[in-house]
Amino acid sequence: MQTFRYSQARSVEGAVRSGGTFLAGGTTLVDLMKLNVLQPSAVVDINPLPLAQVEALPGGGLRIGAMVRNSDLANHATVREQYAVLSQALLSGASPQLRNMATTGGNLLQKTRCYYYRDTNYPCNKRQPGSGCSAIDGYNRIHAVLGGSSDCVATHPSDMAVAMMALEATVHTQSSQGERSIALDQFYLVPGTTPDKENVLLPGELITHVTLPALAAGTRSHYLKLRDRAQYEFALASAAVVVRLHGRRIERVRVAFGGVGTKPWRSPEAERALEGRDATTENFRRAADAAMADAKPLRYNGFKIELAKRALVRTLETTTQTA
Amino acid sequence: MDKPENPQFQDPANSSTDSEPLAKPEPAHGRFSRRAFLAQLGAAGVAATATPLAAAAQIETPETQDQAAAPGAVPVTLTVNGREYQLRIEPRVTLLDALRDRLQLFGTKKGCDHGQCGACTVHVNGRRVNSCLSFAVMHQGDRITTIEGLAQHGQLSVVQQAFVDHDGFQCGYCTPGQIMSASALLAEPIGPSDDEVRAAMSGNICRCGAYNNIVAAVQQARGNRNPSAV
Repeated sequence: MQTFRYSQARSVEGAVRSGGTFLAGGTTLVDLMKLNVLQPSAVVDINPLPLAQVEALPGGGLRIGAMVRNSDLANHATVREQYAVLSQALLSGASPQLRNMATTGGNLLQKTRCYYYRDTNYPCNKRQPGSGCSAIDGYNRIHAVLGGSSDCVATHPSDMAVAMMALEATVHTQSSQGERSIALDQFYLVPGTTPDKENVLLPGELITHVTLPALAAGTRSHYLKLRDRAQYEFALASAAVVVRLHGRRIERVRVAFGGVGTKPWRSPEAERALEGRDATTENFRRAADAAMADAKPLRYNGFKIELAKRALVRTLETTTQTA
Repeated sequence: MDKPENPQFQDPANSSTDSEPLAKPEPAHGRFSRRAFLAQLGAAGVAATATPLAAAAQIETPETQDQAAAPGAVPVTLTVNGREYQLRIEPRVTLLDALRDRLQLFGTKKGCDHGQCGACTVHVNGRRVNSCLSFAVMHQGDRITTIEGLAQHGQLSVVQQAFVDHDGFQCGYCTPGQIMSASALLAEPIGPSDDEVRAAMSGNICRCGAYNNIVAAVQQARGNRNPSAV
């Protein structure tokens, strides 16, 4: 690991002004620094910042501090009761030890698990812009079928962000320009010709908290993650569903996928195919087809398309079945 | 990075504490250890053609480590198993490496060094974490517990005794991490079934495959002496 200057932030303003790379849980940053994938010259430890609170918002909804650990968020009573999809997504990610470390803000900024990104012996446009993509013609079983470009097909690995996408979360930040709020749906960027640019954050901009809107009474939600083993593995395909029924009719639904997209993948196509229709397996299947209509398989990941469709159908069945 | 001018910053790299006396860490385990014995063998030249094991052991003696304090080292105070240690280490030294190489607490194991195997699991303020993915400098003021800190007054902890009772290991390399995980698990919201124990222990990989006995040990420690059939 390269040497770096270490300092501790004593205030959000100080952290933003520091110009250093933010260090929160460390589960991504330290890992990638050991691999020399990331080589920050200055690291600012933001653990002292008072951003570890989960609070109910006055008008309904939840405010989640950027430093709230994944395990604390997953086991928070309100999250378990009202935002089940989020609790389930968090508990499906990583291991208990890592969840005790990983933070809400850090999880949103998790780096891809693309083998070639993590190995400095290979060209990678995300790690070294312009060097080429080793995955497109390489071993790409874990890579994206949605949102890829000829420069990058790496997936975003987060489960939490997929659930938050279906919950229509908002990311709140602070930078030298001041504070701003960004809909999570507008937060991530597809790779295009600049895969190194993964989100809309400016240099030095710090995520301070995430807010979730209140859900209407009767809303149900669920997260289903499919992977090579039952625990402690990244998604090959996952589905997050937040749905409200009127009788058997789907009044409102939000759908997001993990493991298949270059970013946590919200699917307005699936939502349009479902809203106003009855909760039937046939309609679920039609929505799944709509969601994956633009999917582009690579040599080794074609199975993900059907896997993602089935994940969505199963999750819709789980959330709409009558008790 | 330029030095932050913000007074709200506390920058250990620039705080002048060079004159502070540094307590020399002492081995926390018994006087006669395999590691120290092998190191002495190497130093005395008895093992003229030093085996790799002896050579490796020699590298880890406290004497050579003290000289390794590189430029850029910062003063770090760690509280481990109730004892305070003052060190000078670089910010890039992980908690795992600080425990093993500086404090001579070799019970915590280095497996993958990337947060994938759980061999390095320790408790920070009572919660289990991967010590390989955390810098030691981040843990000043934290209460750190390693496998060496579980037994009290010569008495094995409930979890340690359960692992002995159920033969919850084979080669033993993952065992400190397994036991640290299992000990923290007792205070976590986890369901009663064996499957839930397996999920809760999934961050600790056992290459020997002692999982069935580990689950039985964890269930005994939780008070579920008759775990449901596998």
